[in-house]
Parts: sequence; C-alpha cells; structure tokens
Amino acid sequence: MRKQMNIFKGSKNYVVTDELMNAVNVSIALQKPLLIKGEPGTGKTMLAEAIADSLDMPLIIWSIKSTTKAQDGLYVYDTVQRLYDSQFGEGDVKNIGQYIKLGKLGEAFTSQRQVVLLIDEIDKADLEFPNDLLWELDKMEFYINETKETIKTKQRPIVIITSNAEKELPDAFLRRCIFHYIEFPDEEKMEEIIRVHYGDINSKLVANAMEAFYKIRGMKDLQKRPSTSELLDWIQALMVSGVSTEDLYEAMPFLGVLLKKNQDMEMFNEIKEKGYSLRNW
Amino acid sequence: MFLEFFYLLRARGLDVSINEWMTLEEALDKGLAKASLTGFYRLCRSILIKTESDYDKFDQVFAEYFKGVETPEDLPEEFWNWLSGSELERALDDLGDRELFAKELDELLRMFEERIKEQKEKHDGGSYWIGTGGTSSMGRGGYNPAGIRVGGKGRHKTALQVAGERNFKDFREDTILDIRTFQMAFRKLRQYSSRVESQEKELDIDKTVDETCDKGGMLSLAYERPRKNTVKVLLLIDSEGSMLPYSRLCNRLFQAVSRSNHFKDLKIYYFHNAIYDRLYTTPYCKIRDSVDTMWVFNRLDSDYKVIFVGDAAMAPSELYRPGGNAIIGLFNRETGMEWFQKFKKRFKKQIWLNPIEKNSWEWTYGAQTIHDIGTVFPMYELSLDGLEKGIKKLLAR
Repeated sequence: MRKQMNIFKGSKNYVVTDELMNAVNVSIALQKPLLIKGEPGTGKTMLAEAIADSLDMPLIIWSIKSTTKAQDGLYVYDTVQRLYDSQFGEGDVKNIGQYIKLGKLGEAFTSQRQVVLLIDEIDKADLEFPNDLLWELDKMEFYINETKETIKTKQRPIVIITSNAEKELPDAFLRRCIFHYIEFPDEEKMEEIIRVHYGDINSKLVANAMEAFYKIRGMKDLQKRPSTSELLDWIQALMVSGVSTEDLYEAMPFLGVLLKKNQDMEMFNEIKEKGYSLRNW
Repeated sequence: MFLEFFYLLRARGLDVSINEWMTLEEALDKGLAKASLTGFYRLCRSILIKTESDYDKFDQVFAEYFKGVETPEDLPEEFWNWLSGSELERALDDLGDRELFAKELDELLRMFEERIKEQKEKHDGGSYWIGTGGTSSMGRGGYNPAGIRVGGKGRHKTALQVAGERNFKDFREDTILDIRTFQMAFRKLRQYSSRVESQEKELDIDKTVDETCDKGGMLSLAYERPRKNTVKVLLLIDSEGSMLPYSRLCNRLFQAVSRSNHFKDLKIYYFHNAIYDRLYTTPYCKIRDSVDTMWVFNRLDSDYKVIFVGDAAMAPSELYRPGGNAIIGLFNRETGMEWFQKFKKRFKKQIWLNPIEKNSWEWTYGAQTIHDIGTVFPMYELSLDGLEKGIKKLLAR
C-alpha cells in the first residue's frame, strides 16, 4: 500500500513559487535532502519554517559556523564531565550513555515524530564538512563508539540544506541532493510577498516603494544589492514614520535600510545625480 | 526511457551521473512529473542539475531534445514504450508527399487523440499510425511538414515548439578547472605554528596527565593554544592585453584564493605584462588606483609567499629597456627585469604560474621573455598539476 504522502502547498506567511513547491515535494517523495541556493534575503531559511508550519512538524535547526564539525551534529562525548564525576563520586559514572549528548542531527534522528531538519548555511563550514556527512544523510543512521549503539531514524526527517555559495560543495554530496535555486522575485511576486507580510497596506506606498527599490536593484555597480528582507524593513520604516511617499526615489528616506555599505551609498548618490558612475573604472 | 536524453546531456557537458538518472527514474515511477512536460522539465532540473550556472545549459539541451513536443497531457504509457523501443528512421531527404499532409493544427490534434484511442499495437514505417520512420503526421524519426512528434530527437524542426526560454543565461560559466579543485590545492599551502596570539582553548592531554599525577590523582586540566596557519600570500596578477583569453581561468584562481580563509594574510595586486615602480590595486590597471612598489616592499616582510600569475609573453623591450613600460605615458627608469630581480631578493619564496600550456612555451609568442622570466622565478603551468608543484616549491625550506 502506498504511504500517505506529505504534500507541501506553501503557508500563509510564505509565498512560494510553483517550481520551488515542486522541488520540495520531489525531495519529500524521494527522501533526499533539498539543497537551496539563492541570493541572501530570498527566504531560504524561511522555507524550512514554512514547511514545518504547513506540515505541522517540529523544526530542528542546525546552524553551521566556520568551526562546526560533522561530529558536532551527531553527538558529543563529554569526557571532562565524566572525569569530574568520577573524581567527586557524583552521578553514575558506569553509565556512559548519560555523557553522550546528541547533536542536532542526532536529535532529528531520534525524534518519535517526523521532523523538518534545517542545515543552515552549510557552505560556512570547512571544505570537507559535507563529505563527512554523506553516510549519515544517506542512511540516516550513525554509530556511537562509546556505547556501541547505532542511532537509526524512526521517521526519516525532511532535510533542507541552505547555501550562500561562499564555498563550492563537493560533487559526491551534490549528487545526493535535490537542488533548487531561488530566483530573485519579480515585481508581481514581490507585491504578493509584501501583502503576505503587511496585510492591507496602502497600495500607493507599495507601488512607489517597489518602483524605487527595483531602480536601485538595477544598478549593477552596487557591491551589495538590496534584497527582499531589506525592502520589507524599508516599507515598515516608511509606514511607521509616515513620511510622504511621493517620489520616493528622489527623496530616498532611510536609505541606510536598503544600502549597508558606505561605498554603495556614495555610488547611489552619484548615479542619481549624474545618471552614471565611473567609480569602478 | 529517454536514454538518448541522458547521453545528450552528458555530450553537452552536463555531468549527470547514473545515480542521478536512477533517481529520476524512481521519481518518474512515483508519478512526480505529473504527466506533463513542464512537470518533467522541473523534475529533471531539480534532480540532475546542481548549480544555477548550469541552468542555462540545461534549458538549451532540453529545448534541443524536446523541441517540437506538445504532448497531450495524458499520453498513455504504452505509446512511449512503442516509440522509444524502436530505431527505424527515415532518410532526411525522403520527404514523402507534401500535399497530402498540409493539415490544420486543430484537425491534427483531434486526429491524434482519435488515433490514441484506436491504436492497439506498435507501428513503424507506415503512414497512418503513431510510430517511427514513417510519414504519418504523428510519431518520431519520420517526416511530415506539420506533424506531432512524440518523444525522440527533433530532426526537421517543423513541429511545435515547447521549451526554449533561456532564463538563466546570466548564471552561466563554463567550467574548466572549477573553483573547488583550486581551493583544495590551496589548502596544502599551510605551515603550522602554535606561537600565535590567541586564546588557550585546546586540551593538552600530555600536560593534563602530568599535572594530574603531580596532584596525586586530583584532576587538573591544561590547555594549549591551537595551531594556526602562518602562511602569508602576496598574489600578483597580470591583467589586460594578452591575458584576456585566460581571464576565466585566472578569475577562478582568484576566487579560490580569496575565498580561502586559512591564510594568515593575503595581499593582491595587479600589473601589466611586467612590474615596474607601481602596482595596481584593481584589475583595470589605472594609475589612480596604484601604489608604489617600494611601499609594498617596505610593508611586507620577507616571509610572504609570492605568486605571480601571468603569461610572461611580451615584447623584450618591456623587460630590458628603461622606458619599456607598455602603458603609454609612464616612464620606468629601471627595467622590468631589474624589478623582478628585486622581488627575488626581497622575498624568500616566489613562483610564477603561467596559463599558457607548458608544451608551447618554447615556440609561442613571447617565448623569449617566458624563458628569461623562467630563469628568475620557477615557472609552472596554471593547471591543477602545476599549481600543486608550485605550492610544494613554496613550502620547501
């Protein structure tokens, strides 16, 4: 008998394209990790939350840092605590199990319910990091040396992996993933996103803000072009402050919300004044 | 099914593995393509393609292979099998009778649907049923000026167009040596030292055992400083002019180096053909964005590993004559060669990476200067192999 399949249809707080929805459902059906790439601020991390939300599953987030090791995600054996305990006669030192602390991956594997596991920004870690996780993600199990037991999943978690493309990922790892690249939303989609966040907001404000925003995004010379999250912050700032929304591009209130770098601000002002910039020449 | 498509993808340079193909088959079995071409397209892309820079290439191959396919959404499975299990193809110049087949599209589609209902077995080479190599208006590998092609490769391109919007053109990059392989090579450029200022945070086992014994078994933990890479790199890149054909390769090298965060320090400057009294901070080599070469000498200590990247091909005067600087308006009192000698004296280790293939160094344009610079700095081809050899040279004591 075919098992009832979980189908992701987006959530009320998250606007999802058909293509992305498709990719999510493929990865759920094939039980393979979904690797999500895209510009910063296109909602890669939010996706996992939306999936967990819409399928009503707990979400476990493993944020990767430059110092994260694959082992950290599985389990950590707290030798020092055990030594101290033996010294002072506290706790049951013979029971090694109590000194094994499961990491995020271990947590997801041992959960009674099916969970959504988000491995956030995998490219932050060492180059070899993804390779060290191949077996665990493939078989969804790992072996604890100290207690000689194998941790095996009861319910295969839905695995979402995000990457900012800071480092290239190894081939062997990529071959095991379903891949999707989130494109920067077009104006239609963007308006939908804004509506999802701010409900019935003044349409004139939205139209004016979006016009100015896409003009800035069109400037190819900027080092860091503003993204969705910055636009949302900017609109909030405009709403709260109540400044006039006529001709936003000329007045440009709260420019610092959109552009985060000094050079970009200077570049922006130059382009606005002269229509071009020679800074990069 | 569609095995030809698999080989076409590979032939066009998309590195699709058998594993991924099997995954795709499994997905098709589970009905994830939703029995439509769009669904199939999305499914293929998310399973077979792993970087957005290949999206464009994939779109092209997909359009090439499936061009002309406008399948009714619910084409029965057996039709696919009949079609894909047959190799009969009609010669390209064998056109059949043109007049007979000039039919309107609507009628054609209606016929197609009728035919699906009627047809009960495999037909090849005829003019009525859906099959291969015939002149019927439906099937593949045959000829009909206005037909429906069912699967297979488009040979005459007269059928209806489906895919082909190339939305991912901007992301394209043709991979020769990818960034990761370069990065992996650069990882070897390490020299460890623990005499680096940082917090003591790694457990020193030997010292812990000693101290614990000293205290009669009372546990005492000792920590030490982690070992750190002490390699500092000065990267000098020839940009402009004769380097243009290699800009992709150099860009990739540059990306790999600048993303490698394990160097203690990394300085990057640019030059044009040879080095004189100024180094440039941007690849455009404008005098406005330049620094004094002497200033760089004074600021960097001799431990910096110097990596030159350039084709070393130039007019001999640029190397040997005062005023040989190829940028008009700049005069150099000391020759390029003298400056290179200064680099050799100033720093302990240098290598030169040359993007020109090694076996043509002796006869290509600039063979003389390539040879002469090669006598000053050890020169290696800018390939994975050459880079690894060069890094070994940099690390040798």
